[in-house]
Amino acid sequence: MTVDADVRRGDAHARQLAGLDALELTTRQRRGPASRLWSGTWPIASAVTLVLVAWQLVVLAGWWPEYVFAGPATTLGVLAERLGEAEFYTAVTVTMRRAVTGFALAIAVGLVVGALVSRIRPLRRAVGSLITGLQTMPSIAWFPLAILLFGLTESAIMFVVVLGAAPSIANGLIAGVDYTPPILLRAGHMLGLRRLRLYRHVILPASLPSFLAGLKQGWAFAWRSLMAGELLVIIANQPSLGEQLHFARELADSPGLLATMIVILVIGIVVDMLFGAADNALRRRWGLHQTVG
Amino acid sequence: MTAPLTEQAAGRAEGRGPAVRLEAVSKMYGQGRTGLLALDEVSLDVAAGEFVCLLGASGCGKSTLLSLVAGLDRPTAGRIEADGSRVAMMFQEPALFPWLTVSANIEMALRAKGVTRRERRERAAEFLETVHLGGFGAKRPHELSGGMRQRVALARALAQDADVLLMDEPFGALDAMTRDLLHDELERIWRERGLSVLFVTHNVREAVRLGDRVVLLSSRPGRVVEDFPVTLERPRRTDSAEVAEQAGRITDRLREEVMRHGR
Repeated sequence: MTVDADVRRGDAHARQLAGLDALELTTRQRRGPASRLWSGTWPIASAVTLVLVAWQLVVLAGWWPEYVFAGPATTLGVLAERLGEAEFYTAVTVTMRRAVTGFALAIAVGLVVGALVSRIRPLRRAVGSLITGLQTMPSIAWFPLAILLFGLTESAIMFVVVLGAAPSIANGLIAGVDYTPPILLRAGHMLGLRRLRLYRHVILPASLPSFLAGLKQGWAFAWRSLMAGELLVIIANQPSLGEQLHFARELADSPGLLATMIVILVIGIVVDMLFGAADNALRRRWGLHQTVG
Repeated sequence: MTAPLTEQAAGRAEGRGPAVRLEAVSKMYGQGRTGLLALDEVSLDVAAGEFVCLLGASGCGKSTLLSLVAGLDRPTAGRIEADGSRVAMMFQEPALFPWLTVSANIEMALRAKGVTRRERRERAAEFLETVHLGGFGAKRPHELSGGMRQRVALARALAQDADVLLMDEPFGALDAMTRDLLHDELERIWRERGLSVLFVTHNVREAVRLGDRVVLLSSRPGRVVEDFPVTLERPRRTDSAEVAEQAGRITDRLREEVMRHGR
């Protein structure tokens, strides 16, 4: 009889627990793709409109002649024309290839430096503040040295891109390791994870959000360094966005110059949005996403 | 794998040594005059299969004591023996890894032991079943309620195949109804698996509801004030008159201790 009673009791518990669980799990409904797309697009669309209007107003004010500062209509016309030319895509491809290789190199360097510095205490005291110092150094100031060392080559550009981006990436990783919640370290320790395994299974994943923020900042630095580099280091038969900018100024081609600037801006924004999306996905996965209401 | 024990605390009678033994354990934070003595010569045994509740007001070094037994920290003086016992610990927070699914969190306990991937998955599912969370393995911790997360943490602790379970106010942050249910759950699992439990709480009724013994600690420094055996028949209810009566006596003693600090 008592066994029977025990079973019944246990059964009742299981059902009560299941009831509580069901009550506490409120399913949040995500909005449909169309509505999400719209809520993401309209602020951007209105911002762009605002900028175009302001631009047109400045042109209408007549502070500069039209051939020095072209209006949006002329510029967008030139831009549309370029989008139909193969040359434009070659330039974008060259620039993006440089950006991607430079950024990848910077990630590799930043990872190695960040991992070493976060783990080895004396190294950290020696190099820690140096990394932050490097970050504040304007990348354009590196170019004279880079050109001396590598000549007018792509290596000179890569050198500066890596120097610009790697410190941010390393710093992101170091900060992530530093701010690993102590409770997770204790939990990992209790699970029998030590040293390298603790690093791999707890510390590295825990530092992912901060590392991602470092990547995002690193990308911004890399993109700026790259543009500076392409303006200064012009290589024959390698058309690039920076080079276009350079020649547009030389030829006083105002609409062409502005069109190139728009392309540079748009690429920067699109990549930034990709990082934003990755960050959002991570936050949602981890439950760091606070939905209000 | 685990023979159900009909008698509670079956190991106690067999003359095995205690699962955990503390001998005159002291813990000092800092040094000299500015140092803080957190624990002062605490001696305590937890017999195999016994459920011991550590009770005290804030500043009694309860959590410090658990950290010492867990090996997360070292005592300044005295000896701690956990005689070949495997020790698992549950914290006040679930302390689950947010980047892993519920199942992968539990598997992490097995991974540290080198269990193969397939077996890990199967065993994790069994442990989830034990805490009535079968089918939640693919969820992420943040998708669960607080009580469910603590059950996952319990499953993870069980997955370590420990004989000693250290619990640091594990149900402190839960609502009363969930807490009551988890008391029943914990008691069942403790009995089935013949675990030795050292359970820290500041909730007197919770201590009486769960413990074979309630050990009262004083505050600043932490010392053992009194050791109350609880002989009420199990299963107990937190809201029963017997539990309330015994909790009342312990509370009176606790108040005396706390009042000493008012002057």
